Amino acid sequence: MNFVGKVYKFGSDIDTDAIIPARYLNTSDPQELARHCMEDADPNFPSVVQQGDIIVADKNFGCGSSREHAPIAIKAAGVSLVIARSFARIFYRNSVNIGLPILECPDCIDEIQTGDRLEVNLIKGEIKNNSTGKTYQAQPFPDFMQGIMDKGGLIEYVREKVK
Amino acid sequence: MGMTITEKILAAHADRQEVRPGELLNCKVDVVLGNDITAPVAIEEFEKLNMDQVFDPNRVVIVPDHFAPNKDIKSAEQTKRIRDFSRKHGIVNYFEIGRMGIEHCLLPQEGLVLPGDLVIGADSHTCTYGALGAFSTGVGSTDMAAAMATGEAWFKVPETIKFVFYGELPPWVGGKDLILRVIGDIGVDGARYMAMEFTGPVIDTLSIDNRFTMANMAIEAGGKNGIIAPDRITLDYVQGRNKRPYKVYASDPDAVYSQIREYDVTNMEPIVALPHLPENTKKVSEVAGTSIDQVVIGSCTNGRIEDLAIAAGIIKGKKVHPEIRLIVFPGTQEIYLEALRKGYIEAMIEAGAAVSTPTCGPCLGGHMGILAKGERALATTNRNFKGRMGDPASEVYLSSPAVAAASAITGKITPPWEVA
Ligand code: SF4
Repeated sequence: MNFVGKVYKFGSDIDTDAIIPARYLNTSDPQELARHCMEDADPNFPSVVQQGDIIVADKNFGCGSSREHAPIAIKAAGVSLVIARSFARIFYRNSVNIGLPILECPDCIDEIQTGDRLEVNLIKGEIKNNSTGKTYQAQPFPDFMQGIMDKGGLIEYVREKVK
Repeated sequence: MGMTITEKILAAHADRQEVRPGELLNCKVDVVLGNDITAPVAIEEFEKLNMDQVFDPNRVVIVPDHFAPNKDIKSAEQTKRIRDFSRKHGIVNYFEIGRMGIEHCLLPQEGLVLPGDLVIGADSHTCTYGALGAFSTGVGSTDMAAAMATGEAWFKVPETIKFVFYGELPPWVGGKDLILRVIGDIGVDGARYMAMEFTGPVIDTLSIDNRFTMANMAIEAGGKNGIIAPDRITLDYVQGRNKRPYKVYASDPDAVYSQIREYDVTNMEPIVALPHLPENTKKVSEVAGTSIDQVVIGSCTNGRIEDLAIAAGIIKGKKVHPEIRLIVFPGTQEIYLEALRKGYIEAMIEAGAAVSTPTCGPCLGGHMGILAKGERALATTNRNFKGRMGDPASEVYLSSPAVAAASAITGKITPPWEVA
């Protein structure tokens, strides 16, 4: 899977309340959630984000609640991929389970800025910053998780087990 | 080589003699939990599998607590969804308004989670049940859906950090202060992906309610689970509540830890976490005098009977400061009733507090006490992220019930000994 997209950069410890505030959790409609995606971190984000854009963030992205609404909102907003120095555990798990591509790459974060254009090979974990010409190697997924991603998420993966 | 309590519980649920950190396991789960926010998403995923039934209707627990009693039409629809699903699938442990509580106070009270269990819940504070010596962790809705279907979930065996507490616990210092100190020390990702095992002479004498508070906030340090090995105090709590057998595990003396951190509690003061992260901790005396608009006592962190006893003990016979809104929300109906019978509720209402039926309400900025722009709350809850209790430009400080109660009287952050 290859992605090409424009970067929106965020800082450390972006929590699930910043990704999708609880005041909007009386619905689980992806499009409605997308309208408020990242609103408390950057109020402009929902109106400027475009199909295929890439979120780049510092450490502990997605900390806080278990709400799957967070990766759902990001995915429904059109974001193709999230790259972070590190992810909070439940967010990481949820992203794998719903098929939102994510990559952990401690080395590249400082050298990527908002507006940069990235080219990413998800399977190999290769990240190329077309704006600076630099390339980076992220941790690819363990095989087991790649298996879930390949099926398009955990439910498809489980479907075979319960047949 | 020995194993930790976390490793032993995971091994037992994967039919393995031994497991090591980093291994990926498929485990049987004893209990699967969801609430009015997370269960509707899980149900949608579950229904894609076209199954007639859940793996075991006795082991799926669904609690409408976040926007309960329904705050608006949309949340009413969400609750209706989980109620209809529960009826259709014969979910025994669906708890209706009037008989419910905040999930993490309710499940232990009802004896639904027990020592040695492996529990997953589509709520991050599912780690609370580690206080009973269970392996218990938060997951997302899709994990909940898969577990409702299969009775299983996948896990990576975490490394464990051992936290040892020793010394003499000073008056007014409790579980909330101990866990805030740990989070202040290691940071909000200090235990990311890891198990946090709480031990030592201080833990040995700590009440079960204080232990729940500590395990509850493991997630605020990024932890996968918080755990305390069962002892007499645990078993006294569990006795008579359990409807099925359980198993007690303990770490081996030669278990391997990624870190061991020791804390002398002797000269500790109550701790307050400043906006906008639970790691921004200070001693109460360092922030004394900070003005506040609202005080919230309750939640799955500090909404249990001992918490209400401490708060009522400070408030009784005094008045809430004229410029403060004090909102108290007991964790469950049973806790509410006990507090009523013991006079805690009366003392707080006489002082000028608003007392609510059990709900998550203000804790997540849902309803029942939302903050306006620029307002500041002191809360006994577990998270003070930006916008957590209302407007993104409002602020939340976190503390114990003792500090919260004292501050409600004076109108500013106040050490309990200045009021009590
Ligand atoms: S009381 Fe607060 S932290 Fe606890 S389950 Fe409810 S919303 Fe979550």
